[in-house]
Amino acid sequence: MLDKTGFPLEMTGEDTPMVSFRKVRKSYGALTVLDDLDLDISAGEMVSIIGPSGSGKTTVLRMLMTLERINGGVIYVDGKPLTHMPKGGQLVPANQRHLRSRRADIGMCFQHFNLFPHLTALENCMEGPVQVLGLSKAEARDRSEELLEMVGMISKKDQHPSRLSGGQQQRVAIARALAMRPKVMLFDEVTSALDPEVIGEVTNVIRQLVSEHNLTMLMVTHQMGFARDISDRVCFFYGGRIEEQGPPAELFGNPQRERTQQFLSAVREAV
Amino acid sequence: MGLYDFLAQYWPRLLTGAGITVAQFLLAAALGVAISLCMGLMKLSQNALLRGAAVTYIEIFRGTSLVVQLYWIFFVLPLFGLTIEKFTAGYLAVGMNIGAYGAELVRGGILSVPKGQWEAALAINMSPAQRMRRIILPQALVNMLPPWGNLMIELLKGTALVSLISVADLMFEARQINSSTFLSAQVFGAALLIYYVLARFLVTPFMRWLERHMARKLGRT
Repeated sequence: MLDKTGFPLEMTGEDTPMVSFRKVRKSYGALTVLDDLDLDISAGEMVSIIGPSGSGKTTVLRMLMTLERINGGVIYVDGKPLTHMPKGGQLVPANQRHLRSRRADIGMCFQHFNLFPHLTALENCMEGPVQVLGLSKAEARDRSEELLEMVGMISKKDQHPSRLSGGQQQRVAIARALAMRPKVMLFDEVTSALDPEVIGEVTNVIRQLVSEHNLTMLMVTHQMGFARDISDRVCFFYGGRIEEQGPPAELFGNPQRERTQQFLSAVREAV
Repeated sequence: MGLYDFLAQYWPRLLTGAGITVAQFLLAAALGVAISLCMGLMKLSQNALLRGAAVTYIEIFRGTSLVVQLYWIFFVLPLFGLTIEKFTAGYLAVGMNIGAYGAELVRGGILSVPKGQWEAALAINMSPAQRMRRIILPQALVNMLPPWGNLMIELLKGTALVSLISVADLMFEARQINSSTFLSAQVFGAALLIYYVLARFLVTPFMRWLERHMARKLGRT
């Protein structure tokens, strides 16, 4: 069933993507950040977004996390509209209640970690499960400790974030997001604020997630080697659009568009 | 008569007055903190009506004189059928006045919490109320404690005005003693000293302790 503007009220069928951007537009005043973005991400797919700064990469993640409102189009998660809700056979902009119910499918890690400074590593992970999901403290603790173990931070579980290095904080932040059991994980330049020698400890955790879990992941990164290694698909953003996308071997090995070639050669020179 | 001899003779009355001053201070502080939180949160509300109410409150109590507010509560409200006992009227006026100043501190403290904290709380799908209570306020509180220390000392000194409606606080006792003995230098010297001791050795150390305690809870040691 379509709404009068041509967007489906719900996406059904076996090949329904986990995330679907349909003609999504985002602007700040006169500045258009994203222009009619169409992007589908399948369940379990790992998609990396690369591109020059100001190309709208981070905005894609922030809109999906509902940190930013969109100005046009519709975003679907798991077949259901995220930014809109069905009302009388039409899609209308989502209210807070709808956003809150749909947001549960999405988790996000930030460039600057944004751990809660007044809580320990363990409490950071337990906060959402206890307060939002309504788990008992014991259940939330078990779940959080398991995740802190996975990211290699169990020995620091009682430390406050101010006592942890950047790499350690980011690993706790990943555990905190996973504790909510999202279907989609978003990584927004999670290694950009880290010292070079600790980047590996964070990328290794993400690698492990890719190989051992069936999460759908969307990652904005400046680490071209990392994106090439672990992605199923890489999207090159330029000027608010996807300029080129494809499997990493093709996009990095044999880019078709001139802007992609320019960007990749500029990045290589910088390294 | 020297200050020492004077104190030896009149200390019981001054002490009783100081006790009332401390009681007025504590009650006004509790009321002031509660009002500050309410008004500070209301001023940040999405709801224009709540915001308007907070702005009106702050404008009235910050923009007019505390003595006039005190007289209104004690002398004018009875004309409208609302009689308030003088002790209650005293800390009500002082507390409501300090609450208007505190509301701005609360608002500033909340706005000083980095944007990333609001976003991280939203990313784990907290409701606005949970986010405020569990994530933002605990951090805002630490940020606003130093200016609250100042406000508390202002509040302590502000309680001297309740003597004007005959609450038998330290200032009231001092004026009584003065009018019967005319030992102005001794009596107001003693009062000055007692206010200073209360501010310097009770209020300030307590606020410092609270700052350190809260900073520790935040892991900022």
